[in-house]
Amino acid sequence: MEQVITAQNLCLFYGKHQALKNINITMPRNKIMAFVGPSGCGKSTFLRTLNRMNDLIEGVKITGQVNIAGQDIYAPRTDVVELRKKVGMVFQRPNPFQMSIYDNIAYGPRIHGETKKSVLDQLVEESLRGAALWDEVKDRLHSSALGMSGGQQQRLCIARLLAVKPDILLMDEPCSALDPISTMRVEELLGELKDKYTIIIVTHNMQQAARSSDYTAFFLLGEMVECRETNTMFTNPQDKRTEDYITGRFG
Amino acid sequence: MNTYNQARLKADRCVRGVFVLAACILTLIIVALLFFMSQQGLLTFKDVSVGEFFFSSVWNPDNNQFGALSFIIGSLAVTVLAIAIGGPLGVVGALFMAKLAPAWMRAILKPAVNLYMAIPSVVYGFVGLTVVVPWVRETFGVTGGFGIFTAASILAIMILPTVISIASDALGTVPAMLEEGSVALGATYWQTMWHIVLPTALPGIVTGIVLGMARAIGETMAVQMVIGNTPQLATSLFMPTSTLPSEIVVEMGNTPFGSTWGNSLFLMALVLLLLSLLMIVLVRYISSRKAVRV
Repeated sequence: MEQVITAQNLCLFYGKHQALKNINITMPRNKIMAFVGPSGCGKSTFLRTLNRMNDLIEGVKITGQVNIAGQDIYAPRTDVVELRKKVGMVFQRPNPFQMSIYDNIAYGPRIHGETKKSVLDQLVEESLRGAALWDEVKDRLHSSALGMSGGQQQRLCIARLLAVKPDILLMDEPCSALDPISTMRVEELLGELKDKYTIIIVTHNMQQAARSSDYTAFFLLGEMVECRETNTMFTNPQDKRTEDYITGRFG
Repeated sequence: MNTYNQARLKADRCVRGVFVLAACILTLIIVALLFFMSQQGLLTFKDVSVGEFFFSSVWNPDNNQFGALSFIIGSLAVTVLAIAIGGPLGVVGALFMAKLAPAWMRAILKPAVNLYMAIPSVVYGFVGLTVVVPWVRETFGVTGGFGIFTAASILAIMILPTVISIASDALGTVPAMLEEGSVALGATYWQTMWHIVLPTALPGIVTGIVLGMARAIGETMAVQMVIGNTPQLATSLFMPTSTLPSEIVVEMGNTPFGSTWGNSLFLMALVLLLLSLLMIVLVRYISSRKAVRV
């Protein structure tokens, strides 16, 4: 199976504090991988190294390598804009811009230079359909995105991402601010999206990881403890610490 | 109901009363101000026609000619030009302070900007008189160096701290998650600032500009020292003219109260008050229309 992301000996420091310790992991194409672990274990931090969102934070130092589609993304001449187009991200809390639904989706293509209305119209429809939102909002594309429900806003953020045609979707606890029904919607959506995209999802919710992912990686105190197929992980974990965590003995 | 809760509810009503009273007093002061200025100012029209006051620029009180057009134009021109220079400069400065400057620099800049707000206007006037006036004279090859351009450039600097501190506070409250959302789509930092951060902070930025504008239109001392104080209609940015507040302060001392001349100064103050209210309402209106479209 083709491995699309490979991290080798990845370490990350916030000033003197080491948040990631020697992460080695590979992720296959067009699968869903879940990152689980207690708060502060480094799973979100690791996710953010994959599209270099940590660049925005002062005092972050990274050693080791991350290869995405054969390219070392921390090489000095990496085009970060191109990287983030290919590796999109959905955040913990829905963060639609203060614009209409249409303009939220068109924002990405527009900043990358697309100006033709017909192209934008089509992208908006495709992306909204892709995020299973089209039928709910097609009659109010030009009203404010802030008037949508939380679940709709999160799917809008996913649609906004699809519009720039990424290969990889990073999702940082995308359902933690949503109600159970909206969560279910997003999970269904994940299943549909994995045909076209490689998805990595950080979650606190063990059931969510078990339900919706193909692979699971367990993080603890900045280390990646164990990574294997989700089924095996939940039925037959190799490491004692993983077992303790998934059976609810701590965390 | 127990007595303790009753006492608390009573206290609650009292506090509410205090708030309402405070609001009433504030409103009353504004209304009284407008009433007093109008009462005294409108007496002018017993002796001077409305047309002459607003549309003539001949100001010669000894000859009973009271045309205030040149002052009105002077005030408007100085304010608009000051905002045109100082507004963008202030917003860019605020953007730097709120978003680009490293933490240690922000810690120095913030109090520095506030300090700048505490400089008395007469000091700005002196700097204008001794530095800007000669600079304008030499750079633009004009005689004198007094006039609208000089006054507006002093005012542009005077309003900067107001615009910067209010706009940078507004920019600082833009949620980081909006910036992250934009950057994660592959937007550059500048695109994110321009398309996401600035529009989100727009209401606060407009407040900063409105307050700057209010300061500019009412500024008396600094303007009076560099405008030239000549009651003539400005046909260029570099000729001496006058503004409403500077003319009032120049003439107030030697004008008998209750005379047509005195009343006309009150009328000028009233016009100034209404002009600044009008400009504020206008800016708010324009920005609210823009906000809807975004």
